[in-house]
Amino acid sequence: MNWQAFIEVLVGGLLSGVMYSLVALGFVLIYKASGVFNFAQGSMLFFAAMTCAGLVGKGLPLWAAALVSLVVMVALGLAVEKFVLRPMVAQPEISLFMATIGLSFVIDGLAQIIWGSTAMKLDLGVEDMPLEALMDKTGIAVSQFDLLAAAVAAVLVSGLAVFFSKTKVGRALRAVADDHQAALAVGIPLQRIWGIVWGVAGFVALVAGMLWGARNGVQFALTSLALKALPVLIIGGFTSVPGAIVGGLIVGASEKLAEVYIGPHVGGGIEAWFPYILALGVLLIRPEGLFGEKIIRRI
Amino acid sequence: MFYREAGQYKTSYADDGQIFPIRQDRYAIAVLLLVAFVVVPFTASAYLLSGILIPCLIISLAALGLNILTGYAGQLSLGTAAFMAVGAFASYNFVLRIPGIPLLLAFALAGMVAAFVGIIFGLPSLRVRGFYLAASTLATQFFIVWCLTKFSWLSNNSSSGIITAQPMQILGYTFSSPASKYLLVLSIVAVMALALKNLVRSNTGRAWMAIRDMDMAAEVIGFPPMRTKLLAFAVSSFYCGVAGALYAYAFLGTVEPDGFSLDLSFRVLFMIIIGGLGSISGSFIGAGFVFLMPIALNMFFGATGIHMPESVKSNLEQMIFGGLIIFFLIVEPHGLARLWQITKEKLRIWPFPH
Repeated sequence: MNWQAFIEVLVGGLLSGVMYSLVALGFVLIYKASGVFNFAQGSMLFFAAMTCAGLVGKGLPLWAAALVSLVVMVALGLAVEKFVLRPMVAQPEISLFMATIGLSFVIDGLAQIIWGSTAMKLDLGVEDMPLEALMDKTGIAVSQFDLLAAAVAAVLVSGLAVFFSKTKVGRALRAVADDHQAALAVGIPLQRIWGIVWGVAGFVALVAGMLWGARNGVQFALTSLALKALPVLIIGGFTSVPGAIVGGLIVGASEKLAEVYIGPHVGGGIEAWFPYILALGVLLIRPEGLFGEKIIRRI
Repeated sequence: MFYREAGQYKTSYADDGQIFPIRQDRYAIAVLLLVAFVVVPFTASAYLLSGILIPCLIISLAALGLNILTGYAGQLSLGTAAFMAVGAFASYNFVLRIPGIPLLLAFALAGMVAAFVGIIFGLPSLRVRGFYLAASTLATQFFIVWCLTKFSWLSNNSSSGIITAQPMQILGYTFSSPASKYLLVLSIVAVMALALKNLVRSNTGRAWMAIRDMDMAAEVIGFPPMRTKLLAFAVSSFYCGVAGALYAYAFLGTVEPDGFSLDLSFRVLFMIIIGGLGSISGSFIGAGFVFLMPIALNMFFGATGIHMPESVKSNLEQMIFGGLIIFFLIVEPHGLARLWQITKEKLRIWPFPH
């Protein structure tokens, strides 16, 4: 076995796993705080990337475009909370889930009406090239773009962790996540909290959208990232931020390793389903994922 | 005034247990079936038959299948299209490899194969529930489509992966005209819907509903959760499998994995949510609604005469579709079938509401 190649695949997988974690993070935030499985997260990501790339295409500098997109995404999140979720309070989870699928149609359509349906390029100023210093020393190719993504993810997660544990709003968020009614009873404004969560999810979608868009091109295929994030969520647990990160790393690494080492024996193309089968395996051992809250069931 | 059961006495157990206890319902169903079986095949155009009615009926059958699993047994599934694909490919292979096999038997066997696959992929439902289960049924979707593309034996080593379905022959008669295909599909769907209507009123159906409402409580009062859940997966997949076989044979005319994408799974799920979870008529109403809405929107845009680029139009249609789904979920989260039920309740006391 070629160790150099193995490490290269492993590191590449881990780093691409970080990118999955970024997508999964948006799901976790919303699921944690409002119990909604937001299928439209992929579409929000697509919308954010389209907006940013479109504005850059109109001549805005990148930072300004990102800022405007951020405002747009937060506004979108707030609008979703107001027009879709608020009328559906206390509906069964599956109805909310279906509503977010409907929402994903609306957002996809809107993004393509505004910005057209051709793929766009988004240049973040970092190329998807192997890091030369590392390449020379050890012969292992690690993309510097992936390293940037990993750094961004680390910053984002630690930022969110601080936000959740140290700020007043963050504590309110955790209270809401624990128990909606109890949170209401101690005077936490539920709807404002949900608005904030959707706003933050919009922000996460923007970051993930920019990174994925810069890497794969800003195109409709970005919406399918939501499906890629699902096994990550299952493995990590729907309610855990660290779970999203660990799940992403596991999925990224195992998917690449499987493709390289198992794929050739069964005809290739197993990347599409391998994470799901892996997730199924995890589910059979731990039904709530690695870091999910233990489900206590009473009659 | 016209829709009330006053004066309709039930004097025997058979009366008490009949499927449609109200006489007006029986008449309505009889008229509906009569129109569907006799009037439509002679009057409808070929496009209406093969472009709208046949796919609509087939997709209703798939919706029925998913409704067994999600609506009655409470197990959320996103793998409907995969089970349909299994049914389509299985029936293709049965017809191909067993010369002289009766077509209906091939369809039934294809349903059995789908049911078997359903049981295997239903195993996780014993441990997980809710969205975890939904996400794990996605594994079915991706894995099966991958299998069907990779193992060329299943598609008879066809190079393109797209194969033409064999002509449908029963007792020497070939179903080739739209009207005959329509009648075949309608017969199968009607019989299966009737069977299901009876099944959900039986012990089995009640066990499913008990599991759906609270599986631990159901277990405590003596419903074996494993058998009940797996049976739901099996019956549901059987329906989806037959629907898939019909979809390939009577509608597409080809058998290909790409026809059974995740998109189709989602559409079927939409149908039962909008139509009504746990309702037979809801499956049909929902299927009709979801299937016809894009066509109606398209015609609406054509009629208004507003000129816009094709891409904008299709995106706008998509947005309206999504918006309408949200709208219906907000207005009537229990689906169109519930709306129909409310109408019936109102009709019973009309025109004297007090």
